[in-house]
Amino acid sequence: MSAADYEVTIGLEIHVQLATRTKMFCGCETSFGDDPNTHTCPRCLGLPGSLPLPNAKAVHFGLMMGLALGSKIAPRSIFHRKNYFYPDLPKGYQISQFDEPLCDGGELGGVRLNRVHLEEDAAKLNHAGGTGRIQGSDASVVDFNRGGTPLAEIVTEPDITSAEQASEWLRLLRVTIRQLGVSDVNMEEGSLRCDANISIRPKGQAELGTKTELKNMNSFRFIERGIKAEVARQVAIVDGGGQVTGETLHFDPRTEAITSMRSKEEAHDYRYFPEPDLVPVVITPDMIEAAKAELPELPLQREDRFIALGVEPGAARTLSWRPELGDLFEAELATDGSQPKALAALITNELLKRIGDGEVTDSKAAPGSLAQLVALTAAGTVSSSGARTVLDTLFASGGDPAAIVEAEGLTAMGGGDELTPIIQAALDANPDVAEKLRTGDMKPIGVIVGFVMKETKGRADGKEVTKVTRQLLGL
Amino acid sequence: MSDLTSIIREQSATEQIAAIKSGALDARELFEAYRSRAAADTFNAFTWVADEAPAALPAADTPLAGLPVAVKDLFSTEGVPTQAGSKLLEGYRPPYTSTAVAKLEAAGASMHGKTNQDEFAMGSSNENSAFGPCQNPWDPERIPGGSSGGSAAAVAAGHAPWALGTDTGGSIRQPAAMCGLVGLKPTYGAVSRYGMIAFASSLDQAGPITRTVADAALMLEHLHGADSRDMTSVGLREPIAVPSRESLEGLVIGVPAELTGEGVEEGVAAAFQVALAEAEALGASLETIHLPHAEAALSAYYVLAPAEASSNLSRFDGVRYGNRVEDADGTLLGMYTRTRHDGFGPEVKRRIMLGTYALSAGYYDAYYGTAQRVRTKIAGDFTEAFKKVDVIATPTSPTVAWKLGEKSSDPLAMYLSDICTIPMSLAGIPGISIPCGTSQGMPVGLQLAAPAFGENLLLGVAHALERTLGFDTGGAIR
Amino acid sequence: MIDAKQVLHVARLSRLELEPGEVEQMATELSSILGHIEQISKLDLDGVEPTMHVVPIDGGLRDDEPEPSLPIEVALSQAPKANAEGFIVPSPQA
Ligand SMILES: [Mg+2]
Ligand SMILES: [Zn+2]
Repeated sequence: MSAADYEVTIGLEIHVQLATRTKMFCGCETSFGDDPNTHTCPRCLGLPGSLPLPNAKAVHFGLMMGLALGSKIAPRSIFHRKNYFYPDLPKGYQISQFDEPLCDGGELGGVRLNRVHLEEDAAKLNHAGGTGRIQGSDASVVDFNRGGTPLAEIVTEPDITSAEQASEWLRLLRVTIRQLGVSDVNMEEGSLRCDANISIRPKGQAELGTKTELKNMNSFRFIERGIKAEVARQVAIVDGGGQVTGETLHFDPRTEAITSMRSKEEAHDYRYFPEPDLVPVVITPDMIEAAKAELPELPLQREDRFIALGVEPGAARTLSWRPELGDLFEAELATDGSQPKALAALITNELLKRIGDGEVTDSKAAPGSLAQLVALTAAGTVSSSGARTVLDTLFASGGDPAAIVEAEGLTAMGGGDELTPIIQAALDANPDVAEKLRTGDMKPIGVIVGFVMKETKGRADGKEVTKVTRQLLGL
Repeated sequence: MSDLTSIIREQSATEQIAAIKSGALDARELFEAYRSRAAADTFNAFTWVADEAPAALPAADTPLAGLPVAVKDLFSTEGVPTQAGSKLLEGYRPPYTSTAVAKLEAAGASMHGKTNQDEFAMGSSNENSAFGPCQNPWDPERIPGGSSGGSAAAVAAGHAPWALGTDTGGSIRQPAAMCGLVGLKPTYGAVSRYGMIAFASSLDQAGPITRTVADAALMLEHLHGADSRDMTSVGLREPIAVPSRESLEGLVIGVPAELTGEGVEEGVAAAFQVALAEAEALGASLETIHLPHAEAALSAYYVLAPAEASSNLSRFDGVRYGNRVEDADGTLLGMYTRTRHDGFGPEVKRRIMLGTYALSAGYYDAYYGTAQRVRTKIAGDFTEAFKKVDVIATPTSPTVAWKLGEKSSDPLAMYLSDICTIPMSLAGIPGISIPCGTSQGMPVGLQLAAPAFGENLLLGVAHALERTLGFDTGGAIR
Repeated sequence: MIDAKQVLHVARLSRLELEPGEVEQMATELSSILGHIEQISKLDLDGVEPTMHVVPIDGGLRDDEPEPSLPIEVALSQAPKANAEGFIVPSPQA
């Protein structure tokens, strides 16, 4: 069988660091990139006798996420201890939520959610590598600055069916969370981390195949490539008559190699039990109201609103998934709301091309000038190709669109009267093309349009050129 | 006998504080007297003693007037060794102080020593200490009880006017009983657990071990209070009054059949009957009650406490503090297992094993889940009982202090000695032990228990009985 | 009740090393204790809710206000092995 004969089933587990000022269970400031172990206290070092104190803001952020994702908010949720030993885990257990999470269920962009729960992050374990060998083996060094940072863990149902869908959905999740303002959701800095549970099954088979867990892929590109590589690995195993082993895997983006992280003997028994140092988190109606009051318009809602304005769906998605573009669109629209579709197209095609990998703020276009340019185009004052030239200038140095049109001689040419002699000259210069066109084969029309554009420095309108050409040829 | 020794022998902490306040007693001289007695202690009651009095002793106008206090080594004390009876923590000096100790110090108490204990509070005899067993000042061949054995021995020997202990399943009440002292375990949540090294988080409570009921009340008044550093602390609902009750007129005392019959040593049963008769003489009426789940309580406790302990003790991994032992290969797993093998004593290992087993996959419901339900039943038993009676009375321990080594080889026999104190721990209610006589020449304790937050009632009743029972709590002071 | 194999499994979960002689002894002791504990399984506990804390405690939350952290030298002061980068441990990958 080939890859096409299998159905792929993917569920994601996403850890999001919450943008609180302090850690989940202590008053140390959350930090990134500071000197190691400068943000620790008895609680986050797990000193004997210390006790956890849950952060109200983390609960609030968790509620905002749950409400935004359509989860059911538990009136009473419980923190458990997840017991295991690792040097980055100071207490020998992680305080996490287990069978009574803060948020139950939910849905985003067609993917159902299982839950959203709160927990504490582990510390950072830096592998010292060759720097120091302790009794024959390499040493690692623990920095507890990150330890205890609040995390929201989002678990999806296995509703995703391809690597592309996984990375696309994750982008939607990221922009949704960013819009909520509860996290930086920066994969490079680790404030957004994703694990994928992946299985395949022959098409038509009801039960799911054995799943593997692909850990900590730290960019959107790696997620897509990692999942693809793992699917290919599973297909090869099953095709070869083998069986997929349920295990935790690591994807190396440089080599595309997938390796097993833990041997099977290490099968974990986390011995979850309710954290006796804490009492249940009780969510009052006031807390829910406060979280609701802070919910902004979410990307999917914005997308729908833009489509309702007449914006093409593709452009609407780009504008709402890149909020800074959406904000620009809305600001321009506020100065002239007559051409939403064309304005959206200008921003998501032409402007975005010029921004490239940069920022929206790289554009020097003054507020309102994009909407003006769209208006000039719509009025026929400037042709669409002329408009692109104007945009080059607006982007690079700003200015008034109408003045630029004037100054650079980009005023669109009128109709047939002005164009007829130039088109005639083009037909005369290209008799073979003219002959083909006469037979009704319009394919080489581009040659004529190109000739005219060159002659008019782009001021002519391509559609008008075609129309006049047909007239001249009696078509 | 010097003046100070006779004061130490004759006066309670409350009386000594009054004497300091009146100018009759010099706080610094008194501190030095206790400090030097503690430094010369031969019962192995202390694991650390101050080198000298602090440069600035709390003023005489503070509530506790600079009076020394001995603190169980389970409490974190900034810069002062805090070893919890464990080799793993030998030499550990925490960077912070527990709330309970900080509160006592804020009220004017001055810590002069840290006391020996069963390792991580696991034990009933103080024999499970990496720093050696502690002896009972009433008979050095006997155990002082545990796990706050050092605290009780220190007070009984006159090496501290009073001491701070902790009680998870009886660890204040039982050693107080065995050393002829007053020991109070408050309502769960009355005293902050912040900085107190956890044994079983849902049961641990700090409390006083003292010479008199008034002393226990005084210390509790300065210990309790909701603490923003401990989410499970609630404090008491009313201030602790100086106990003054003399009559027990109108009081109904419940005597649970399950905890007063079989298994109680003859002499202990006799002393208990004398105490009940005294209560009646003071006007109380007695009623036999039933705590149907009292026996199951012991089993539930030996699931819940080890389960929580197994998790609480996971932090002792040789990474951030404590003693590390590495294996020859320098592996992480070897570092963990060697550190914990060498660092923990046999009883701690046994309970970690028991607790890990009870929480492990496939056993959680049968053990931990079931034990949590038994706890509900026990709390219900007490709720029912307190509809009929005001307080409940039992012997604190079915036996007096046994000989050192007598039960060391039989963990289950040791566990069974906590039968009378564990039900109250599981129900979270306050219990107090006061001396009520002797058996085999050793002190016997009377345990009284009241509904949650009933500390004032409990202390009042205990005070009235203490007056008529007239036990000499200074009997072992030399 | 609990055999040597289970004892070794639990010891591994607990990160406790047991010497060969200790395994059998632990199995015997734990079996005796578990044998006593068994009695709770005979109680009728249908419909009984588990109790975490007996005394009612209101679930408080802490405001998201920073508190001073420990100076780094204090944080590292009790560590068996540490350097400026942090707490040194044998590499889990070794
Ligand atoms: Mg997680
Ligand atoms: Zn901290």
